Amino acid sequence: MAKYQQIDLTKEHCPMTFVKTKIALSKLQKGEVLIVLVTEGEALENIPSSATEQGYEVISVTKTEKNGVHQIEIRK
Amino acid sequence: MNEQKKLSIISFSGDFDKLTAVFTLATGAAAVGYEVNLFFTFWGLDAIKIEQGRSPVGKGFLPRIFGLLMGGLKSSPVSRLNFSGVSPHIFRYMMRKNNVATLEELVEAAKELGINFYACEMAMHILGLEKKDFIPEVKDIIGVTSFLKIADGGQTLFI
Repeated sequence: MAKYQQIDLTKEHCPMTFVKTKIALSKLQKGEVLIVLVTEGEALENIPSSATEQGYEVISVTKTEKNGVHQIEIRK
Repeated sequence: MNEQKKLSIISFSGDFDKLTAVFTLATGAAAVGYEVNLFFTFWGLDAIKIEQGRSPVGKGFLPRIFGLLMGGLKSSPVSRLNFSGVSPHIFRYMMRKNNVATLEELVEAAKELGINFYACEMAMHILGLEKKDFIPEVKDIIGVTSFLKIADGGQTLFI
């Protein structure tokens, strides 16, 4: 797997869920992967689509073993 | 990729809650790929002063009195139930307790996201403020026509 970074946004709220994702992505090199942990709701619904709109590749969105927590994998 | 979307906000109020709305919308939009322009005018200029507390910033007697009474970001009042300045402290406490970004955190995020800050030339003139009184992130001092050109083709809000 390519070099990756993980951020846990499960305790964050709008707009910081989006802000922290954007800032983390801006710090990655091309080809590197960001793993974002979010709970259900706005962040889970909109982080994948906004990442795609901005030209990033959303590799997967999966449910983790932790109740209500999802993992979004984004490649720069 | 599609043409970049754009959000421009006229930040008129120096109130804590309204500034929180300005910076929440601005950072959220910038984070999902919008170009964001913030045009600070009148009391909104308090948000971008270097001096964040109450300080006699400004040229001339009356502007300095206004500066002392209004202060900067850290002394911004809540628009309702301000209780002589106690409420902003309560709000900051409640925001931290509930893991919601505080106004100061949102302003820092706005800087990091490269949001464009502009100051209103006319309001600066009335309040005796100069570019050196503002944070270095203020990109330019502009008037109405320049703002309209910058905002053209996007969404504009007045807060």
